[in-house]
Amino acid sequence: MNAVTPVGAPRHPEHARLYRYDAIDRAFLQERIAEFRGQVQRRIDGALTEDEFKPLRLMNGLYLQLHAYMLRVAIPYGLLSSTQMRQLGMIARRWDRGFGHFTTRQNIQFNWTKLEDVCAMLEALADVDMHAIQTSGNCIRNVTTDEYAGAACDEVVDPRIYAEILRQWSTLHPEFTWLPRKFKIAVTGSPQDRVAAQVHDIGVLAKRDAGGAVGFEVWVGGGLGRTPLLGTKIRDWVPEADFLRFMEAVLRVYNALGQRENIYRARIKILVRDMGAEFAGAVEREFAAIPRDPYALDPAIVAAIAAHFAAPPFAALADEPATYVRARRENAEFAAWTRNALRPHRAPGYASVTISLKPIGGIPGDASADQMEALADLAERYSFGEIRVTHSQNLVLAHVRQEDLFTLWQALGPLGLATPNIGLVSDIIACPGMDYCALATARSIPVAQRISERFARLDRQLEIGELNLNISGCINACGHHHVGHIGILGVDKRGEEVYQITLGGNQGNDASIGELIGPAFSYDAVVDAVETLLRTYVDRRDPGERFVDTYRRLGAVPFREALYAPA
Amino acid sequence: MPLLENGGLVADPWVAVAPDAPIPDAPAIIGHDRALAEAEALAGRNTPLGVTLPNDVPPETLLPILDRLSLVVLDLPKFRDGRAFTQARTLRERHGFRGEIRAAGHVIPDQYAALLRCGVTTVAVPEGTDPTVWDAARRVVSIAYQPRLDPTAPLAGLRRRLELA
Repeated sequence: MNAVTPVGAPRHPEHARLYRYDAIDRAFLQERIAEFRGQVQRRIDGALTEDEFKPLRLMNGLYLQLHAYMLRVAIPYGLLSSTQMRQLGMIARRWDRGFGHFTTRQNIQFNWTKLEDVCAMLEALADVDMHAIQTSGNCIRNVTTDEYAGAACDEVVDPRIYAEILRQWSTLHPEFTWLPRKFKIAVTGSPQDRVAAQVHDIGVLAKRDAGGAVGFEVWVGGGLGRTPLLGTKIRDWVPEADFLRFMEAVLRVYNALGQRENIYRARIKILVRDMGAEFAGAVEREFAAIPRDPYALDPAIVAAIAAHFAAPPFAALADEPATYVRARRENAEFAAWTRNALRPHRAPGYASVTISLKPIGGIPGDASADQMEALADLAERYSFGEIRVTHSQNLVLAHVRQEDLFTLWQALGPLGLATPNIGLVSDIIACPGMDYCALATARSIPVAQRISERFARLDRQLEIGELNLNISGCINACGHHHVGHIGILGVDKRGEEVYQITLGGNQGNDASIGELIGPAFSYDAVVDAVETLLRTYVDRRDPGERFVDTYRRLGAVPFREALYAPA
Repeated sequence: MPLLENGGLVADPWVAVAPDAPIPDAPAIIGHDRALAEAEALAGRNTPLGVTLPNDVPPETLLPILDRLSLVVLDLPKFRDGRAFTQARTLRERHGFRGEIRAAGHVIPDQYAALLRCGVTTVAVPEGTDPTVWDAARRVVSIAYQPRLDPTAPLAGLRRRLELA
């Protein structure tokens, strides 16, 4: 047995509620870096072939893109301390080009990584209890959860506790590291699904029974990519004690039976679809056969992990303090920002603030080193030193006093972080596309930028209202176009980038996959097409209807006619 | 082919028997289908018997003869094909198999620790293999977050130290 070498503990802000590493967690990271360093050396020596090295580097987050390596850093369930955010800024400045890119899996990518820098970057991450383990490869990926966890009014169970349990359980799981394909799990603890549970390999909805005991509803087999499918509920209630045993059963059935010949048929969604009801039966048989006691989740462990996420010391405050009300009245811009950036908080006098990483004409999800460092300071001053990354590629300060909102907003403005567009047409999810990605068949970032510029005026965005517009640069659908109210998919057609449009996609409790509206548009015409769709919607909507509601009520015909009518 | 056990090379007493060849009176490895077809005749055999289990066959099919087996050979046609990990763990944990479980095919040192933790005991490695690389690979990460394989030691924490032989 190896001795654990104590490693210097990073200082987390006193009140930050995130899982705090101890000496064993830190020793594990150091061992993992030593392992990767050895693997790199064996690759250089020729002892490992490129074919053998590839999955090993992928499981350490290192991905080969079009122009350079990309290092994808895990942000477990999107939760960061200010110390960690500051370090990400340092890494961006020192080893990238001064930027990082926040992803739909609540992670961050550094797109200009040099192979020779990777071990130093991993060391710098480990200095603040971070890593890049299992952010790529055919293994269990970063677990995602609700960015408003611990703050949302409708939360029944704190999903961070179970996301952390899943993180530990899935880290270097000996049986599930060589799966047929990647595996993504999302956990929510609110009846309102904010994690897109139905488009995950496993979607977990934590809930309580009449006696207050925690249990889990389990959805399996959702996913996007070239075969978009919604998940199937295979269990309405898994008791807390059986949580990991049930997860093991699902993974084991998948590992044994999932297809491995064809990469496009290897996700669990295909297995679930092809097996039908028999899939749930196979999981239940496996579950029953796994010995119960060794896999039981000990309530003492749950309690110990829950303690990491105890509520920060909220002050006794009242909602709508006079200073906040006055600031809104006197400053129209501030008032406009509060309309979309804020969510109600369970503690009176507080609000959760979503910070837009979608400036008009900018790259969705990008943040500069300066912004990261400034955000770390603001998080310490206004939100207990915590920052969350959302799957829409924005950031959240979860616990801000309403009386501080105006000063926070004033600080965000000069940083380019006060764009008042959360949930609006310019709050676009986009994959890196052909500007970075070796798989892409078309550009996505410039399309997002042009749409954002077209609808730059806030009054137009507000008139259009809540809208999810998602863009993918290839059929692998990293930009989640299938679940955008408007989805745009860039494809290559005989050497030309063209853009297919899907309508009616949605995530959440009433998730749906968007439907292709008709022939694709050219790079030049796609922004006009979006404009036409939105004009049609505004003309035809009933009061209070979102775009997706109007589409569901009217169907595709009026939109198709507007798009393809002869001029 | 050299055999790796506990991080070092060991002699391999086993003979792989071709499908149509007679089974010698020595430790013999035969195919899964043949073992099941000739189960009755093999029941009276007094020398150790091993079986190769294809990776798309559930270990349950071995149940009628499992208590006769001293060795199960698992196949990794490609190192990325992780089915053998589940087969090994099922054999150990569910069916209480106590004999040797051997990983054969394309296995890389970086998989050694996980194979051991799933219940594999030996690996058939290529000629010229340096066992020190494998031994180092199984030791480099000494901490695990999952339940232990040993059913007598229930999960006390999600996290534990690995103890190697």
